[in-house]
Amino acid sequence: MVPCCPARGGLHQTDMAWSIHTYANPTRFMNFSAIVLPYVWALAGAGIGIGLYLSFFVAPPDYQQGDSVRIMFVHVPSAWLSQFGYGIMVASSIVALIFRHPLADVAAKSAAPIGAVFTFLALVAGGLWGKPMWGTYWVWDARTTSTLVLLFIYLGYMALWATIEDPNRAARVAAVLAIVGAVNLPIIRFSVDWWNTLHQPASVFRLDGPTIHSSLLWPLFVVALGFTFFFLGVFMVRMRAEILRRKVRTLQMQQAAG
Amino acid sequence: MNAFLSLVRRDVRLATRVGGGGGMAVFFFLIVLSIVPFGIGPDLNLLTRIAPGMLWVALLLSALLTLDRLFQADQEDGTLDLLILAPQPLELTVLAKAVSHWLTTGLPLVIAAPALGLMLNLPLEGMLPLMGAMLVGSPALSLLGAVGAALSVGVRRGGLLISLLVLPFYVPVLIFGVSASRAALVAVPGDLGGQSLLLLGAVSLASLVVGPVGGAAALRVAIK
Repeated sequence: MVPCCPARGGLHQTDMAWSIHTYANPTRFMNFSAIVLPYVWALAGAGIGIGLYLSFFVAPPDYQQGDSVRIMFVHVPSAWLSQFGYGIMVASSIVALIFRHPLADVAAKSAAPIGAVFTFLALVAGGLWGKPMWGTYWVWDARTTSTLVLLFIYLGYMALWATIEDPNRAARVAAVLAIVGAVNLPIIRFSVDWWNTLHQPASVFRLDGPTIHSSLLWPLFVVALGFTFFFLGVFMVRMRAEILRRKVRTLQMQQAAG
Repeated sequence: MNAFLSLVRRDVRLATRVGGGGGMAVFFFLIVLSIVPFGIGPDLNLLTRIAPGMLWVALLLSALLTLDRLFQADQEDGTLDLLILAPQPLELTVLAKAVSHWLTTGLPLVIAAPALGLMLNLPLEGMLPLMGAMLVGSPALSLLGAVGAALSVGVRRGGLLISLLVLPFYVPVLIFGVSASRAALVAVPGDLGGQSLLLLGAVSLASLVVGPVGGAAALRVAIK
């Protein structure tokens, strides 16, 4: 609505409610995250360090794919986190829309770029793996394509945040987009699967039959755990930064108001 | 219902009389398609093969072109505030907007499609499946587009933003639409053409729910 004069009292009330929220719950989060964060970083470092050591030096080269199977240790956790990130975004958006909890839209906003980066990483690692395996960096394979669409949705979501100046309004509009995206993602996924089988049947790749050998599975699991803690660490840092940014904004607004 | 119809009538009238609506979209459709042979060469066999796909891509782009005015014009002159305050459910208002968008953009493009198909050397027996598929699929473009338009209402350079937001959601429409249109041209195993037409219908019906509900939610939060 056009920012105009009436409803002055109402505006004031929402301001009050907002500032109470800002200084109550997020403060608790700031204290909590300050305590937890070092442990999260330690677990992330340990997981990634041990996991990468296992995957580079302990895990045997695959009998078919040779050493390039090691790309999988980065690719699979990234692909998993790309969906984990969207899950966090949608869950936070639902909470933000229903309960108007300010921490929730901070969480949704903070998760998006991390999820987008992991999606990108999954695509790049997949391409690097595809070159020696499939002979090409890019294949319009069903999973690749739906991951690409997921990246586009992340980017659209971030673009929406970037174009709307008022953070409260941006939060709610972006939340609607995240939820609409969650409703549509299964449909997109299904259509892309269907499209792919239509175009090139029987070329769907399988990783050496139905199961992965446990010597490869263990390092994968450890790396995935390390990546997840890394995600959570960056996520918390981003949330802290966003909360501080909003506090600064509120203070500046108060100062400007006199 | 009365309000719904009068809103549709008003928007169609505005689009046809003020200009910049359907006529422009058809013109854009024509230009995009005549650019294609310049890009890939005038080989008629190749053009036949890609004709359904190109027609659908051009349809998507042309539908996008007019989306940014869907709520923007009403927001600028204050009509949108009145529409939100009106007793009619906002979902119905969004549906009316999408319907009028389809009547002024989707429908003219579907009617123009066979003529443009001829230019891409689309065989005559492919025309009917193409029009049928476009008729079934194009409402989904307007309905999903309404969500994007509602999300970006009041945003500067909203038109560009709408494209970024909406195009990923158009992927299923494009996939099933092209597959249904192509069925008459290339031999496909089984009755894949009919199947994809049904799936296209399913996507349109799902958009019939997602569009108005999502669009109304977006408008409610975008306009305080």
